[in-house]
Amino acid sequence: MAERTTMHDRRRLEASADEAAPVELSTAPADAAGSLGVLAAPRRVRARSGAFPDAASHRRYWIVLTVLAVLAAGAALGLLAIGNPMPVGSRGFWLIAEMRATSLVVMAVVATCQAVATITFQTVTNNRIITPSIMGFESLYTVIQTAAVYTLGVAGVVALQGPGQFLGQVAAMVGLSVLLYGWLLRGRYANIQVMLLVGIIMGGGLGAISTFMQRLLSPSEFDVLSARLFGSVTNASAEYLPFAIPLMIVATTLIWLNARTLNVIAMGRDVCINVGVDHGRQTIYSLVLVSVLMAVSTALVGPMTFFGFLVATLTYQLAGTHDHRRLLPIGALTGFVVLAGAYFVMNHVFYAQGVVSIIIELVGGTVFLVVIMRKGRL
Amino acid sequence: MITIDAVRKEYRSQTGTVQIGPVTTEIPSSGVTALVGPNGAGKSTLLTMVGRLLGIDEGAIEVAGYDIASTASKDLAKILSVLRQENHFITRLTVRQLVGFGRFPYSKGRLTRLDEQKISEAIDFLNLDDLEDRYLDQLSGGQRQRAYVAMVLAQDTEYVLLDEPLNNLDMRHSVQMLGRLRDAARELGRTVVVVLHDINFAAHYADHIIAMKDGEVVEAGPVARIMDGEVLSRVFDTPVQVIDGPTGPLAVYY
Repeated sequence: MAERTTMHDRRRLEASADEAAPVELSTAPADAAGSLGVLAAPRRVRARSGAFPDAASHRRYWIVLTVLAVLAAGAALGLLAIGNPMPVGSRGFWLIAEMRATSLVVMAVVATCQAVATITFQTVTNNRIITPSIMGFESLYTVIQTAAVYTLGVAGVVALQGPGQFLGQVAAMVGLSVLLYGWLLRGRYANIQVMLLVGIIMGGGLGAISTFMQRLLSPSEFDVLSARLFGSVTNASAEYLPFAIPLMIVATTLIWLNARTLNVIAMGRDVCINVGVDHGRQTIYSLVLVSVLMAVSTALVGPMTFFGFLVATLTYQLAGTHDHRRLLPIGALTGFVVLAGAYFVMNHVFYAQGVVSIIIELVGGTVFLVVIMRKGRL
Repeated sequence: MITIDAVRKEYRSQTGTVQIGPVTTEIPSSGVTALVGPNGAGKSTLLTMVGRLLGIDEGAIEVAGYDIASTASKDLAKILSVLRQENHFITRLTVRQLVGFGRFPYSKGRLTRLDEQKISEAIDFLNLDDLEDRYLDQLSGGQRQRAYVAMVLAQDTEYVLLDEPLNNLDMRHSVQMLGRLRDAARELGRTVVVVLHDINFAAHYADHIIAMKDGEVVEAGPVARIMDGEVLSRVFDTPVQVIDGPTGPLAVYY
């Protein structure tokens, strides 16, 4: 801890040493810069310019974070222990809990992927009413699944299972989006709005192809397929996790390390360039990481259209800051609480497993509307 | 010194091609330089090209000897700051947090004590100290405009480019804003370049005026030379008389 502090201090010192350069570089003499201070000497204890404007909102942030962590732990424990037929602590209890734990890990991966990806995507596109799902990830997933069943019949679903196939789907989704970003965000008429529009239209086109193929399926094949097309944690197999978890960790860490730059990207292109952030490059970099996260989540459990959007919207309300270093942890925790909470309710209150995406959309949509109505802003 | 050398930029619009330039001119160091001219003359375009927010098709721009196309953007951010007319973003920030972004070129988001001090200075310089904890969406257009200017002043750059900083400001705040910018130029040795619509504001507060028309610089020089009935009539395509007012020359055009 002590070593970390000194390192931090040294970095700060270096930062202030950097600062000396432009002062020398400018023609403004040092004492002139000082006179600005004399001209308007601070008269009182000043507020802070960091993530939180005052101590109260800082305290509120930690309370929210703690409450979310407790809720997450509670939901996880509830899913592990409640309805377990064996007595707590016995060998049989742990065996059953271990099987359920896989689902919890999948939920954690999906929640983190969706939350981090959606918040980053909304920041980069400067738009809080869209979600990366619309950029063709889910349509591509649907097309791949449908095409497999269309060509191979029911065996197609089985043919798409396995680590190799999982990685193949992730690669296809990342490849498609990187192609789209590379093509539309570079060059002379680079424009993020055009990219979004093309993404949505492409998603629509892919969706139409899927619908067409689905029309030609036999009812039994369609039944098997439609189970795969609802986002569900039970779609995931434990054998994907050794690939999904490292991908999630790497992409999340890279976004986390870039969080301070994301704060600037949220201010738009002009402010970015003004303070020396390469807006074009940072946008593409962030979007590629977003596409990795979305691809992992979608290939793991299937489409979760509304989930990321809901979590991001709740996160902005809960965190009360613009700083992505604070937003992202709240986002991941909120995602897990929503997902695990929904499973808990469906499994233990309504005894209706497998329709969790429905409750997420129902409850999520309601919460979203209430928040918007009460706060009047996103 | 900002050197603009044969800079050209072409736009395609519905009515055909709009061309800015070739513009060759110099903006002297320290002092306030005003860019004036009729609508569509290319003032804002030229300013945003100098501020590297807009690419140039041909020619070169040098700021303090650094070519803006080849110098790293993060280094330029410590020499040159630029503010556009319209600023919209989704983030909800307080005035102080916004001004803090001006320190990004130095601290990369890890604000030091020196940063906090510079932020306080910039806020006080624009008389925003009572508003620093307010969120931007709680402010009037004029207060917000001042907060944006405080952000670029906190960036502590020798060159400050502002596109119509009087936008949304009433008479009193317009006078205060230009007064503060002139102070920044005189007392702190900054070079301030502003796009202004009101020629009389330019005449009173600027040291140099660059007059543009149809994408070209038609006149450039000290205020006394531009504040001439014949010159202004030619630039603005409307009869202008210059009379001696109580505080200097006044253009009368109505």
